Amino acid sequence: MSANPSLLQRLLPGTRRAPVHDFPGGVHPAEHKTVSNQTPITPGPRPAQLVLPLNMHLGAPARPVVAVGDQILKGQMLAEPTGAVSAALHAPTSGTVVALGPRPIQHPSGMDALCIVLAPDGEDRWAERRPVADHTRLGPGKLIALLRDAGVAGLGGAGFPTSVKVSLGDHQRVEQLIINAVECEPYITADDRLMRERADEILLGVQILQYLLNPHDTLIGIEDNKPEAIAALRAACAGSDVEIRVVPTKYPSGGEKQLIQLLTGKEVPSGSIPAQCGVVCQNVGTAWAVKRAVHDGEPLLSRITTVTGDAVARPGNYEVWLGTPVADLLHHAGVDKDRLGRLVMGGPMMGFTLHDPSVPVVKTSNCVIAASAEELPEPPPEQACIRCGACAEVCPANLLPQQLYWYAKTDDFERAQHHNLMDCIECGACAYVCPSHIPLVQYYRYAKGEIRTQTAEQIKADRARERFEARQARLEREQAEKEARRRARLEANRKKQEAAADSAPGAGDDKLAALKKEVGQASSAYKAAVKAAKTAEAQEADNAAELRARADSLKAEADRAKAALRDAKAAAPAQPAAAPAESSALADLKKAVGEASSAYKAAVKAAKNAEAEQSDDAAELRARADQLKAEADRLKAELREAKAAQGPAAAPAAPAPPKQDGDTPDSKTTVDKAAVDDDAAAKRQKRLKALKTAYNMAHKQYKEAHAAVERAERAGQDSDEALAAMHAKVEKLKAKADHCRDALDALVEQAKADILAHTGKDLKTLKLDAARAESALRDKADELERRRDTSDADTLETLNSELDALQEHAQLTRLALKTAVEEQGLVEE
Amino acid sequence: MSLINAPSPHTSRHTDTGAVMRQVVYATLPGLAVLVWQFGLGSLLNVLWAVLVALTCEALFLRARGKPVAFYLKDWSAVVTAVLLGLALPSTAPWWLTLIGVGFAIVVAKQLYGGLGMNPFNPAMIGYVLLLISFPVAMTQWVAPGDAPAPADSLALFLGQTPADAFTGATPLDTFRTWAGDAEALAGRDILAGRLAGPGWEAVNLAFLLGGLYLLARRIITWQIPVAFLAGLALPALIAHQVDAARFAGPLFHLFSGGAMLGAFFIATDPVSAATSRLGRFIYALLIGLLIWVIRTFGGYPDAVAFAVLLLNLAAPFIDYYTQPRAYGHRKANKGANP
Repeated sequence: MSANPSLLQRLLPGTRRAPVHDFPGGVHPAEHKTVSNQTPITPGPRPAQLVLPLNMHLGAPARPVVAVGDQILKGQMLAEPTGAVSAALHAPTSGTVVALGPRPIQHPSGMDALCIVLAPDGEDRWAERRPVADHTRLGPGKLIALLRDAGVAGLGGAGFPTSVKVSLGDHQRVEQLIINAVECEPYITADDRLMRERADEILLGVQILQYLLNPHDTLIGIEDNKPEAIAALRAACAGSDVEIRVVPTKYPSGGEKQLIQLLTGKEVPSGSIPAQCGVVCQNVGTAWAVKRAVHDGEPLLSRITTVTGDAVARPGNYEVWLGTPVADLLHHAGVDKDRLGRLVMGGPMMGFTLHDPSVPVVKTSNCVIAASAEELPEPPPEQACIRCGACAEVCPANLLPQQLYWYAKTDDFERAQHHNLMDCIECGACAYVCPSHIPLVQYYRYAKGEIRTQTAEQIKADRARERFEARQARLEREQAEKEARRRARLEANRKKQEAAADSAPGAGDDKLAALKKEVGQASSAYKAAVKAAKTAEAQEADNAAELRARADSLKAEADRAKAALRDAKAAAPAQPAAAPAESSALADLKKAVGEASSAYKAAVKAAKNAEAEQSDDAAELRARADQLKAEADRLKAELREAKAAQGPAAAPAAPAPPKQDGDTPDSKTTVDKAAVDDDAAAKRQKRLKALKTAYNMAHKQYKEAHAAVERAERAGQDSDEALAAMHAKVEKLKAKADHCRDALDALVEQAKADILAHTGKDLKTLKLDAARAESALRDKADELERRRDTSDADTLETLNSELDALQEHAQLTRLALKTAVEEQGLVEE
Repeated sequence: MSLINAPSPHTSRHTDTGAVMRQVVYATLPGLAVLVWQFGLGSLLNVLWAVLVALTCEALFLRARGKPVAFYLKDWSAVVTAVLLGLALPSTAPWWLTLIGVGFAIVVAKQLYGGLGMNPFNPAMIGYVLLLISFPVAMTQWVAPGDAPAPADSLALFLGQTPADAFTGATPLDTFRTWAGDAEALAGRDILAGRLAGPGWEAVNLAFLLGGLYLLARRIITWQIPVAFLAGLALPALIAHQVDAARFAGPLFHLFSGGAMLGAFFIATDPVSAATSRLGRFIYALLIGLLIWVIRTFGGYPDAVAFAVLLLNLAAPFIDYYTQPRAYGHRKANKGANP
C-alpha cells in the first residue's frame, strides 16, 4: 500500500500536510454512501413513546431521578450519572414518564434493559437552559462536570462518556487531539452530512476540547471520499490551529487505533488506551454535541442517524430524538416491509442485526440499514479454510486470522492469546475477504469471551486461595500462641511446685538428683545424636547436616543442664554431712573428673574411628586422647586425695576394668558415699544409679569382648591359646555383668515394695493415676478449643478454670509418681 | 417479516473458494496449450483423465465420510490437484499411471487427512513422488520437444500401447546432468540450444510464468512465494555458474527448465500446505528453490520440485513457529507456538 496522497487529495487546495503513514491491511468495500448523503439532515419522527435505556453509554448505567407519572420538560434530567464512568440522561422532548422497566434494547443478543419510557405531549416545551457563552470563564473542572451532566458520550460507536475522556491526570500531556471524521464504514453518512451542514458548530466544539486538553496539535482525520465535507471543514477551520488531514479511503481507517497510526505513526501499546501515547480521539459528532451542551445549554437529546438501504423509500440523515423506536424511524423513512431482509444497526462491517425493530435509537446509533435480502443476502454456508491468507493480508492489526480461527475453533485459547487474539479490533475485514465465508469475527468474539470468563474465574480462584491461605496462617498462629500460653502456665505451675518442694525439708537433695538425672539424660541424648550424625555422615546421608545440627542443639541443652546442676549444687543447703564446703568442693572435683573422663572417652572413640578410616588426623586425635587421659588421671588422683582427706568417707577403690578406662569415678564414689548416708531412700537411690552404671559398663565391656572374640575366630589368625584367653575374659566379663544385673534387680524390687509401703499404692496404680489425670486434662483442653469460637466469655472462663484445676491435679499425680520413683531410685526411662 | 440474523460483517467481497480454484485452473491453460503443442495431445488427455479420476475419488470418499458431496465438489480443489498432477506427468504417461497417482493424491494425501484444508502435504506432489519412486522409467520418459507425436499416437500411448515410432528423448535437465563438466559436449547438444534454456521447455516455462503473472494480477496468490522460489533457485545457480560454467548450469537455464515455473506459481503456492505469514512464506519458498537447485545439481533426480515442496511442507509448522508477524501495539513479534 502506498502512503502517497491520493489524486483527489492532491487536487484539493490547501492541504497543509498529507498523512505520511499507513496501516497494514484494510479493505475497500462498496461504499453505498450516495444512497443517503444527497439530502440535508431532516428532523426525525415524533413517536408516541420514547424508550430511553439507562445504559446508552459505556460504563455504569444512569440512576433514574424521575418517577412514573412525572411531567417532564424537554432537556430535563431523567437519570443522573453514577460512578466515575457514567453519563446523565435527559428528556428529548416534554411529556410524561409512563413506565420505568425492562425493554428490548440495542444489543446484539436482543437483551432487555431498564428503560425510562416517555410519552411526549407534543408541545416540546423546554426546561430552563443555561448557555455558557465563554467556556474559558467556567474553568476545566466545571466544564467537565457540565459535560457529564449534559450526558455527552462518544457518538462514534462506543459511547464512552466524554467527561471521562477529557479529564486528564496531573502528569498527562496530550500531544495530539484527533477528531475522527473518517466515517469509514460503508452506507453511513451521518458525520458527512453533519460536517457539510454544521462545520462551524463542530469547530466550536473542537475548540472547547482544545481548551480542556491543551493539545500540541489538533488534527481532523477525514477520508478523501467526502470532498464536500472536507471543503466545509476547511472553510470553517480557516485561520484556526485545527489541521485537516485527508486520508485515503480504506476500511477501517476510522478505527481509533488505525487513525492514530495514520495521522501520527504511533501505535497504541497493546492493552492500553490512546492517552498513554499522548493522543485523545473524539468523534466529530461528539465535538458537535460538546458545543451544543456548552454554548447552547442543550444536553444530548438527539443525534444524526443515517437511515439507508434498499428497503426504505426516503433514505437520508435524520436528527432523531434519543429513544425513538427504530420501527418509527423506518416508518418515517418509508420502509417497504416486504422488501426488508436484514435490519442492521450500525455499519455493514461492524454493526449488528436487529430482530426486533422496537429497540430505540441511542447515543451510539449512527446508522440503520434496512436492506433487502438481495442487497445483504444470507451468508453462504461456511467452507473449509484453505489458509489462503487473504485475511492476513487485510488485517489492520497485523494478526494471523487464519491461525486464530484454528485456535478459536479448537478452544486452544492459550495459543490464540499467544497469537494476540486480544489485539483483534473485530473490524471484520478478514471475514469480508474470506473466500470460504467463515464468520471469523464470530469465532474471535467467542474465543475472547471464553478467555475473559476464564481470566475472571482464575482471578476469583486466586483470591479464594489467598483467603484460604491467610485463614490457615491465622489459625496456625493462634494455635501456636495458645500453645505458648499453655506452656507458660505449665512452667509457672511447675515452678510453684518446685518452690513448694524446695521449701520442704530434705528437698534439696531431691532437686539435685532431678537435675543430675536431667544432665544424664541430656548428655546421653547428645551422645546418641552425635553417633547418629556420624553414621549419617559416613553414609553420606542427606540428613547428616540436620542430625549434626540436632546434636549441637542437644549439646547446648546438656551444657545448660550441667550448668543448672552446678548452680544447684553450689546453692544446695548445708548437708548433714560434715564440712559442707569441702563436700561441695568434692562434688566439683567429682564433676570435673567425670567430664574429663567422658571427654577422654569421646576422644578415644574419635581416634579409633579415624584409625579405622585411616584418616590423616588419627595420630593427632590419639595424642589428644592421651592428653585427656592424663588430665582425667590427674583429676582422679586429686579426688582420691580429697576423699582421703575427708576421712571416713574414703573407701577402697574398685579395681578398674582391664581394657578400658571407662569406669566412672562418680559411680564408685556415690556408692561409697551411700553407705554413710542416713536417709535410706536417698542411699538406695544412689546405689541404684551406681549399680545401673556399673551394669551398663560391664554389659558393654562384655559385648565388646564377645564381638572381638567372634572377629578373631572369623579371621582365624590368632593362636588357640590367645583365643582361649579371650574366651576366658569374655566369661569373666559376663559373670560380672550378670552379677550387677542381679544386684540391680534385687534393689528395684526392694524399692517397689517400699513405694507400696510408703504411699499405700503400688507403682502401677500411681502410673495409672497419672495417666488418668493427663487424659482428663487433655479432654478438657480439647473441649475448650472446640468451644472457643462459639461460646460466650462466661463459659470460656468456667472452662478455663476447670482446665487449670485439672492441670493442677495432673501435675500432682505426675509429681507423686515421680517422687515415688525417684525416691526409690527407679529412674524411669 | 422474517429478518436475517447474522454476525458482522454483513457484506463480503463475494468471492468463494471455488472461484479462487477456478482461477488457478484457468491460469494453467497457457502452459497446457504449450505442452500439447510441444509434446502432443498426451498432456491434455492426462489432465482430462486426471480430473475425472479425482472427482470420482473425491465423491466416493466424501460419501464414505458422510459429507455433502455436491457442496464439497463445488470447491474445485480436487480439480486443481488433478490438473496440476496431470500437467506434471510426462505426455507419454499411460492412463493407469495417472489413475494411481491421482487416486493416491486424493484419497490418501487429502481425504484421509480430513479433506480440504487439513492436508499437511501438497496432494499433487504426493501423487507425483509416489509415481516417480514406483515407476521411474515411465515417469522420466519425455518426448523430444517439437517432435510431438500425432494425436493417434498420443492416444495409443495414453491407452498403454507402444506406438510404432519411439518418441522419447532426454530432457534438457537430463542432458545437462549427463554432460556436466564437459563444455564441448554441452555445446554440441541441440536440446540445450534454446534462447533461455532448452527449446520447447523454455516455452512451457514461459507459458506457466504467464499464467502465474495472471494469478498475481488477480491477487489469487501473493508475490512472496514465486519470487522467493525463483530467487532461491536462481541465486545459487548464478554464483555456481560464475565459478564453473561447464559444471553448473546458469540461472536462466534453471528458471526455464523442468517444472520451475509450474512449481513457483502453482505448486509451492498451495496455501494449505505452505507456511502462514508473509515472511514465513518467503522463507519457505526460498528454501524450496534452494533445495531444487541442490537436488538438480548434486542429487540423483533430474528435477526436484516435488521433493523440495514436500520437504518444506514438513518444515512449514517450524517456519511458522518463528515468523509470527509483529502485531499492532506490540514492540516485537511473538515467537513460538506456545506462551
